[in-house]
Amino acid sequence: MLSYAIRRLLIAIPTLFIVITVAFFMMRIAPGGPFDQERALPPEIEKNIKAAYDLDKPLIAQYGIYIGKLLQGDFGPSIKIRDFSVAELIMAGAPASMQLGLSAIALALVFGIGFGTYAALRQNSAVDFAVMGIAMIGIAIPNFVMAPLLSLVFGLYLAILPTAGWGDGEIQYKILPIIALALPQIAYIARLTRGSMVEVLHSNYIRTARAKGLREKLVVNRHAIKGALLPVISYLGPATAAVMTGSVVIESIFGVPGIGTYFIKAALNRDYPLVMGVVIVYAVMIILLNFLVDMVYGLLDPKLKSP
Amino acid sequence: MSQNAMTAKGLVSGLIKSSRAFVLGTALIAGSMTMLSSTHAQAEKILRVGNDGEPQSMDPHFISTVQTSRLSDDMSLGLLTYGPDGQPVPGAAESWTVSDDGMTYTFKIRDHNWSDGTPVTAQDFIAGWQRLLDPALGAEYASLLYIIEGAEDVNTGKDGAKLAATAIDDHTLKVKLTAPAPYFLAQLTHQTAFAIPRHVVEKYGKDWVKPENIVVNGPYKLVEWIPNVHTKLVKNEEFYDAKNVPIDEVIYYTYEDRTAMQNRFRADELDVARDIASEQISWLRDNLSDSLRIAPYAGIYYYAIRTDKEKFADPRVRKALSLAINREAITDAVLKTGELPAYSFVPPGTGNYTEPAYVSWKDLPYGEKVAEAKKLMAEAGYGPDNPLKFTLRYNTSENHKRIAIAAQNMWKQIGVEADLFNTEGKIHYADLKVGDFEVARAGWIADYNDAQNFLFLGEERTGPLNYAAFGNPRYNELMMEAENEGDLKKRAELMHQAEAIMMEAQPYIPIYYYVSKQLVSPKVKGWIDNAPDRHLTRWLDIAE
Repeated sequence: MLSYAIRRLLIAIPTLFIVITVAFFMMRIAPGGPFDQERALPPEIEKNIKAAYDLDKPLIAQYGIYIGKLLQGDFGPSIKIRDFSVAELIMAGAPASMQLGLSAIALALVFGIGFGTYAALRQNSAVDFAVMGIAMIGIAIPNFVMAPLLSLVFGLYLAILPTAGWGDGEIQYKILPIIALALPQIAYIARLTRGSMVEVLHSNYIRTARAKGLREKLVVNRHAIKGALLPVISYLGPATAAVMTGSVVIESIFGVPGIGTYFIKAALNRDYPLVMGVVIVYAVMIILLNFLVDMVYGLLDPKLKSP
Repeated sequence: MSQNAMTAKGLVSGLIKSSRAFVLGTALIAGSMTMLSSTHAQAEKILRVGNDGEPQSMDPHFISTVQTSRLSDDMSLGLLTYGPDGQPVPGAAESWTVSDDGMTYTFKIRDHNWSDGTPVTAQDFIAGWQRLLDPALGAEYASLLYIIEGAEDVNTGKDGAKLAATAIDDHTLKVKLTAPAPYFLAQLTHQTAFAIPRHVVEKYGKDWVKPENIVVNGPYKLVEWIPNVHTKLVKNEEFYDAKNVPIDEVIYYTYEDRTAMQNRFRADELDVARDIASEQISWLRDNLSDSLRIAPYAGIYYYAIRTDKEKFADPRVRKALSLAINREAITDAVLKTGELPAYSFVPPGTGNYTEPAYVSWKDLPYGEKVAEAKKLMAEAGYGPDNPLKFTLRYNTSENHKRIAIAAQNMWKQIGVEADLFNTEGKIHYADLKVGDFEVARAGWIADYNDAQNFLFLGEERTGPLNYAAFGNPRYNELMMEAENEGDLKKRAELMHQAEAIMMEAQPYIPIYYYVSKQLVSPKVKGWIDNAPDRHLTRWLDIAE
């Protein structure tokens, strides 16, 4: 188990390096640059600016400079938000994005597994159909529709929560974005849990457990849940990625000061260093969470336990 | 590297900490979030403004968006500044004289201080200009000062270049221009012409704009900037006219999402929203008419035709394309937000100008325009068997798309087949700059209130910004003559003649004049709609 963990972590390094390299060159291959705008710059001024950012050097040299600085922990300056370095912007934005993302996933796990199990135990009943029907709607409604709806209903009509904004980070500002981000995941996890729970409940070892005369509650809590959760655990990797990309939309709609908004905005602005910085943070997070998921999976699945 | 810069190690440890938080669950996160919230004293009068874009920088020399200049206008006092109605009024200069030839300006600097108590001097302005023009700084808008003698040479790094600006004494500033430009005074309201606190810039380098270091000479001072959330400015008690500034604090909230900003305004969480969700215009007119403000804005929305392409070399073709556009249908049925149909390149009411030179066929009924367009197309050799085909390009935006579809259909009536091609903004403008298009959507918003700031787009020497590659020798000549004409009336007349040539040749199809659209709460007093769309907080007040 330990050697497996170490091996997995070592593979993460070249993976990250490949992500950085591919992102760097893809960003540069895209036509248009940071200074192409409605008001075109006079050529001599564009020359001055490009020199100030080393953008006048050959691409491969720029790549070398970037990697060199990165190894020293320098993410470079933001081209569009000039008063901050990329590191400062990420440090300022990452806590909000992480709170949002991790809370949404935690919420999704608790409610998704809860609803899924509840429905599975009442398979083909009205409750089951209702829960799964609602879940289907939850998956089908995109978050860019759900988020403004939530904001409108709770912020404007009921006026019990702020419509958007972050204030000084008070909890009331976080409720709606977290719910908006968690809803599709709750729905998905509920369906996933229900499906695998139904399957597990019909398996031989559960029949054995019941045959031993165990109470149904114990059968479910001690035996069934563990097996039923395996697909949910493996879904956590993709779920993290989904929540992160989802937060790009949610952050912009609720005005959350996270790094998600930079992801699209910086790419559209061709703010190369900022795009790279965000890509690196996301890549590290996804690699790390996938690693954690695999570790948990190994602990839960007896088939994967090393001899 | 800044002291706050993150190391790779710091990043990793931060991530690990977050993973732990994940295990601990949301309750803990919620707990720590509440602890993070700070308490601060409430100022008496706070103005909350929804700004439709994140500021770029607090350094005037790195500002090129209107969303950022809203802040710099509140923090810096140029030699001239915007009055309550958006017109230039004396700022750091209390008075000035102009030489007879209109080329030399002498400013008397007002006796006033930087926010740290240091006096503002003539040298601070010269230092600001020299910094802006320094090629190593790489300021985007440096060319706006090229009207000062020597500025262009300094900015392009010519040997021995010297800026023709001198400080006679601490309070007297003399500037020599390359031409008698009547718009020079208006230009001094622009952030490119602001002074910089030399003593602070020297001490902190590029970090001089951080809230803990920044020193300003305007009515407000930066105290906090949380990226993507807000920037907070408080009244600068050292400001020379501080006693007449009613609002104590102004907070600019960044909202790129117009609907979100509008919802916050509706929930009374904002006093001003600097843009609206245009698609909800009918709802706004019905429900928020006391807050909705739509006013003419000094800008033109147009289609550029690449005149150096063979199929567009014939002016009859360009004229036909322009004739066939039903501008009233675009403004009234497509946009519906009060924009005005455009038949000239310079919007009416632009400074130092006459009435614009409208196209000769402006008042023809639309049916006759189409008939005339058909006739011109036939004369140019196009017909049902031989239709004109080209690609109309536009950058990503719902309105650009709707207008392009409308234009495509209007052109269909005269037998023109236009394909639509959409790209995101950066690609669009990169291609426009190198002339890689046939017909393309573009827009121009005046940097300063003068007709020249529109008409130069048709001059050959303008280079890449002359998207149409319009090269009319007489036009170039007239614009040159206008530049060297000291008499305002004659100058306006020369520019008018030039615009008439442009409108006859139609390298640019004017479509509509821009309007500014915003929501201003009735409790905000002193808000005067104006074409430059400048509303300095110092002129505003909030009724209780």
